[in-house]
Amino acid sequence: MKPFTVVLTGNPNCGKTTLFNALTGLRGRVGNYAGVTVERKEGSLTGADARFPVTILDLPGTYSLSPQSPDEQIARDILFQRVADVPTPDLVVVVVDASNLQRNLYFATQVIELGHPTLLTLNMVDVARDRGHDIDTDALSKALGVPVIPMVASQGEGLEPLRQSIRSQASSPGTRHVIPREFNELPEAFGREAQAIETALERHFPHRSRLAAAEALLLLSDERALPTDKTNTDGNTNGNTANTRYPEALIEQVLSARRRLEAAGVDWRSTAIEARYARLFAIEQHVTRETPPPDELLSDQIDRVVTHRVWGPLIFVTVMALMFQSIFWLAQYPMSGIEAAVDALAQWVGSSMPPGDLNDLITRGAIAGVGSVVIFLPQICLLFLFIGLLEDTGYMSRAAFLMDRLMSRVGLHGKSFIPMLSSFACAIPGIMATRTIETRQDRLATILVAPLMSCSARLPVYTVLIAACIPQRNGWPGLTLLMMYLLGIGGALGMAWIFKKTLLRGEPPMLILELPPYKRPMLGAVLRQMWDRSKLFLKRAGTVILGINILLWFLATYPRSSELQQEFDQRHAQWKQAASNPPTSAESETLKRLDQEEAGEKLRQSFAGRLGRAIEPALKPLGFDWKIGIGIVTSFAAREVFVSTLSVVYNVGGDSENTASLAEVMKSERRDDGRKTYTPLTGLTLMVFYVFAMQCVSTVAVVRRETNSWKWPLFQTVYMTSLAWILAFLTYQVGTRLGF
Amino acid sequence: MRPLSTLIPGERAVVARIDIPPEQRGRLMEMGLLPGTPVELVRFAPLGDPVEIKLRNYHLSLRKLEADKIQVH
Repeated sequence: MKPFTVVLTGNPNCGKTTLFNALTGLRGRVGNYAGVTVERKEGSLTGADARFPVTILDLPGTYSLSPQSPDEQIARDILFQRVADVPTPDLVVVVVDASNLQRNLYFATQVIELGHPTLLTLNMVDVARDRGHDIDTDALSKALGVPVIPMVASQGEGLEPLRQSIRSQASSPGTRHVIPREFNELPEAFGREAQAIETALERHFPHRSRLAAAEALLLLSDERALPTDKTNTDGNTNGNTANTRYPEALIEQVLSARRRLEAAGVDWRSTAIEARYARLFAIEQHVTRETPPPDELLSDQIDRVVTHRVWGPLIFVTVMALMFQSIFWLAQYPMSGIEAAVDALAQWVGSSMPPGDLNDLITRGAIAGVGSVVIFLPQICLLFLFIGLLEDTGYMSRAAFLMDRLMSRVGLHGKSFIPMLSSFACAIPGIMATRTIETRQDRLATILVAPLMSCSARLPVYTVLIAACIPQRNGWPGLTLLMMYLLGIGGALGMAWIFKKTLLRGEPPMLILELPPYKRPMLGAVLRQMWDRSKLFLKRAGTVILGINILLWFLATYPRSSELQQEFDQRHAQWKQAASNPPTSAESETLKRLDQEEAGEKLRQSFAGRLGRAIEPALKPLGFDWKIGIGIVTSFAAREVFVSTLSVVYNVGGDSENTASLAEVMKSERRDDGRKTYTPLTGLTLMVFYVFAMQCVSTVAVVRRETNSWKWPLFQTVYMTSLAWILAFLTYQVGTRLGF
Repeated sequence: MRPLSTLIPGERAVVARIDIPPEQRGRLMEMGLLPGTPVELVRFAPLGDPVEIKLRNYHLSLRKLEADKIQVH
């Protein structure tokens, strides 16, 4: 049986997601809409009658039915039944923030006019009351012609009546009937034109005739609602499929209607907006009793400090610094736990299996390789936790407010700040967050530079290189790490400036940023979101990275040369004959060197070794040897693979006598000419390379999806890799000249 | 009549005219910023731009560039 579909919609920050979590018991599935990476949240109503299952779909927050960004577009397209795999909503629940009634009702009344069975939930009535707005729910319901349920979703108040209402509608679907309503008193000329278009729409699209009145109004007053060829090239789905494509005659009718209105002195763009707000103002006057709040609101008090001329930037820097510090400090304990567990697992597997290639593959290729990446899960969880908290409390939009001036210097938007900050966690959610940016050029510029922000996958690379190369005193490790993050930020801003001056020139974008009141974060929801995002990282470790590691193990192990094996077997036998029993420490040292020489020689003969040596000429000017080359090549798909590659290349883990950490092994690693491989300069050069290099297939895939073309991801990969090479080259050459 | 950006923090006024080109000001108007709407300038960001205004019981941030083009009285 087809489940009863409830669509949740409303303005951003109206508590829609809280309500969704409450209705579905935090068990909603998170996915994407086909073809676009707009987050799609879907879940079943908990406590629904088993005979009448209810599916709840959470739409992206939107301010109106005239979308300005791709996520708003999805919301409109679903409400207009234009998304193929989403059924016609059986019930639309509009969530309205009671403390911001007029603007929320702007969208709510647009939705009511669509003619779907609609229910309005008046959320945050407690906040509204504290602010002195007492809303008469019954009067509001009468004025809007739809049921209104008051609620405080965060406290669970009003949930039961809503559930009850959904359940009763789901079990008796025949009883719904909607009385069409309009909330515009339009000037006569405008109304006449809208009526004519409505009639034409009904004729062309009889299967969705109930939408005709609202669609006619939108077509007439929103110039972007008419899908033209131009609007279709920017990589967004316009919902412009065969069943919604407007016939030429209709488009012409709309255009000529606009011309007639213009000639009559009617502004077809703003008339409907003004008429609606005039009506909403009257409704609000009628249904609310205002009492001025006794004190300044807490949120305003907080803002006076947080956006203060002096305190604001200071607090911002402190928050960022605390965030990164605690990521390291708090994560180190679970990280050492995971490390110990991985080692124990590798040893246990290694000792309980007969020795041989399979044993080696599982312990060194799979467990040590994937383990060296999974270790970073705590850091990544923390990063997502902090970003989630910043978003949920409302601080994120203040950060955008504070940073907008700086961002506008490079031609970007305060809104680009949020995607860029999210890119510290991972460029993928960052790039997905650019959907809130209205203009195409700004969105593209942000997408192009977002991966330059040091993401969590670089952390393992930086951490290992810092441990192996940088002096562990005087705060050098922390300082180096900070430098890498700053370099990424500087690079991103610089490149954004260049792109906005050249490829993506455009008007300086308009900023329309709501500063919602602060609220206490919903810890459950934040943790849930943290886990959803971190799961992606784990999934990657379990799939892509595992795959690469197994492949890498083969490449690093084969082909085997029997002559080489014989030679080393012979030398081992010689050692055994000459050595005393038990061996002296000098003799043990000789054996260790012999083992290392054997491993190194085998690697050199392997496919991976040949690959590394083949690209060595390109890396020599950067001071990298062929072993590092193997790491760079294999980590092309995912940066963190560099670490697991090194642990395979340097033979860490698995064999039980050698449990030295990767960094220790790297410290003792020598080049063919006997010099140390990992000097501070090599470490720095490698890190600079990783700051700028693309090295992430998932990002490439997401950029492909978001821009709907291969052109941009390819361009991005090329520019980032070139930049990485050039800057690493400069670092190494300047460093060498300076005598490092 | 004077631009919104010339208000001092805490000062209130009423929107008279929006001199932003019609095809760009749609969203601003949908957010409720219309001729006749009372607004309050709340503050300027620490670096002087953008500005924060209050209208219809909520807070909105705009760049000075746009605030310059919104005439109030």
